[in-house]
Amino acid sequence: MLQSILTAIAAIGIIGLLFGVALSIASKVFAVKTDPKIEEVRGVLPGANCGACGYAGCDQYAEAVAKGDALITLCTVGGQKVINDLSVVMCVEAEETTRQVARVLCRGTFEKTEKEYAYTGIKTCTAVNAMYNGDSSCSFGCLGLGDCVNACEYNAINISEGVAFIVEQNCVACKKCVAACPKNIIVMVPVTARVTVACRNTDLGKKVMDACKVGCIACKKCEKACQFDAIKVNNGLAVIDYDKCTNCEDCVKVCPTKTINIFVQ
Amino acid sequence: MKQYKYFKGGVKVPHYKNSENAETKIMPIPDIIEIPMLHHIGAPCVPLVKVGDYVMVGQKIGDSDKFISSPVHTGVSGTVKKISSVLFPNGMNVQSVVIETDKKQEIHPDVKPPVIESREDFIKAIRESGLVGLGGAGFPTNVKLNPPPGKTVDYLLINGAECEPYITSDYRETIENSWNIISGINIIMEYLEIDKVIIGVEDNKPVSVDVLTDIAKTSDKIDIMSLKSKYPQGAEKMLIYALTGRIVPAGKLPLDVGVIVLNVASVSFIAEYIKTGMPLTKKRITIDGGAVNTPSNIEVFVGTYIKEAIQFSGGFKEVPKKILMGGPMMGVSQFNLDSPILKQNNAILAFNEKQSILPEQTPCIKCGRCVRACPMNLMPVYFDIYHQYKDVEQLEKLDIMSCIECGSCSFVCPANRYLVQSIRNGKALVKAGGSKK
Repeated sequence: MLQSILTAIAAIGIIGLLFGVALSIASKVFAVKTDPKIEEVRGVLPGANCGACGYAGCDQYAEAVAKGDALITLCTVGGQKVINDLSVVMCVEAEETTRQVARVLCRGTFEKTEKEYAYTGIKTCTAVNAMYNGDSSCSFGCLGLGDCVNACEYNAINISEGVAFIVEQNCVACKKCVAACPKNIIVMVPVTARVTVACRNTDLGKKVMDACKVGCIACKKCEKACQFDAIKVNNGLAVIDYDKCTNCEDCVKVCPTKTINIFVQ
Repeated sequence: MKQYKYFKGGVKVPHYKNSENAETKIMPIPDIIEIPMLHHIGAPCVPLVKVGDYVMVGQKIGDSDKFISSPVHTGVSGTVKKISSVLFPNGMNVQSVVIETDKKQEIHPDVKPPVIESREDFIKAIRESGLVGLGGAGFPTNVKLNPPPGKTVDYLLINGAECEPYITSDYRETIENSWNIISGINIIMEYLEIDKVIIGVEDNKPVSVDVLTDIAKTSDKIDIMSLKSKYPQGAEKMLIYALTGRIVPAGKLPLDVGVIVLNVASVSFIAEYIKTGMPLTKKRITIDGGAVNTPSNIEVFVGTYIKEAIQFSGGFKEVPKKILMGGPMMGVSQFNLDSPILKQNNAILAFNEKQSILPEQTPCIKCGRCVRACPMNLMPVYFDIYHQYKDVEQLEKLDIMSCIECGSCSFVCPANRYLVQSIRNGKALVKAGGSKK
């Protein structure tokens, strides 16, 4: 009785020992060389896996950074802190970047625009946009059914009065709303930019006025008022160059339709 | 002759053919008509006239050099007032020519019977006539009649099924213009060297079946089959199966199985065109629905505003809540009564408040009725689900592109799911290649 127990223990013990030796040899011989830097970089990244950097996820971005293929400034979710941390890990100089945020270029609320028809169907912007460019009188404006809200994982978009707006403190610039919007009215701007041309309508004067009370009619008054050459009317729409804009608000004062306004949270 | 093949699926829809005994009334020339440059599947035409030009009846006012396209003609004489644009349901702004009519109806010197000596001449003449499929889809007929080399066509099928509720414009065509239909068939048989013709008509139109049987007796090459009335019997693929037993594979055209399908109105127009040379500028449409006074059939010029057509037919009984271009199953809703009538429109339906209630959708209960109703053997329930998840791979795997958007699934759904709309959105996702995740 005792002997058979001992034999069993001995047999299992020897087999275990053999496997242990074999595994320890194999781990030395077949070792896969990994860059310890990848682990380190990955530890610094926030792990949101949002894809805003252009890579499939944080792991892939970490690999690219460790190899030196990617800039350290691409992670928008982490912001300046991650850039600073990455610069320490990668031994490169930290660059100063301005935080980017999304902004909805439309203020065509229920008051300002009209509904062309009563829409009853699937409640998504993409679906209503497939019918006569949407039910709003402005065919460029926000449809207010919240495709961007559904795309946002950070609770940074709300719909109010039929128009989406961004809660900037929550926005991490992952650009998912930009891709989700069928009207392409969400753009990325530096967080310091306060003056916004809240319109994407490229039609001309009268047509815009018929469609929306706060649409850009391309009157070029803002272009003349700007001392810094930062605002240009192109293709029926005023566009601000934020590299030159100083938030002086001269254009806001002259805009007859109040399309240009100061973004307040 | 009775139908011998029955396609699987489909639904029984109420017929509501209120206007079947309404003889076609010819609408007088309106003061202004607006002719869009796109009446067909394919590339839009470019206007050939300028503001201020004088145009005559039958003059070509728009053309395109693309293969799948069809020229546009004016049916009225008058002055071009402006080049405007019309918003199409898919969101496209299409150029249009607005003509102020002078009611003199002077005929353009180019309008004369075409000289046809060969098959090529015939197809060229059909292109010049501006004919598109008058059944509703508007596929340029010259492309349809011109099989690529190596493909032989042995059947010509004439579609008189008209399976959509309300619409009776093809029915009136068969009764009022039956001899045109027969001569049209003979012309096509002669030039395309086809010797088997089958006319398909649903059995809810016995008069039409009788009339066509009489004329089919004139030739032993022409057969007529009465089809069981079941929606969508008049869909091209269903009709081919019912009449010949052939199945058109996914992504293929009827030409690939040796079949050409033409609508009765198209055939009748071909005969008319060969005789007179007057291009396609008029269209018979059915006006019906709970919000109109008199259900009727009227002949209008292409480009007449919807509002005027309805006014001529008897006007509104009550405020319309929903206007459909086409039948209730596949028609597209229209919110602007100042839109022009297109070549391929065959009905305008105006529904009152009560008829246009669309119930809110409730969660899918996975009963599978849509699967049973689908004539294309697809699974709409999964299209609905995967469309919500934007799963392009699965949508493609389940062959969403084969859907003919007949609406049978939405019609039977007990949960009122908007299945056709989600399929349309799903198709758009697949076409975009899933780049928008």
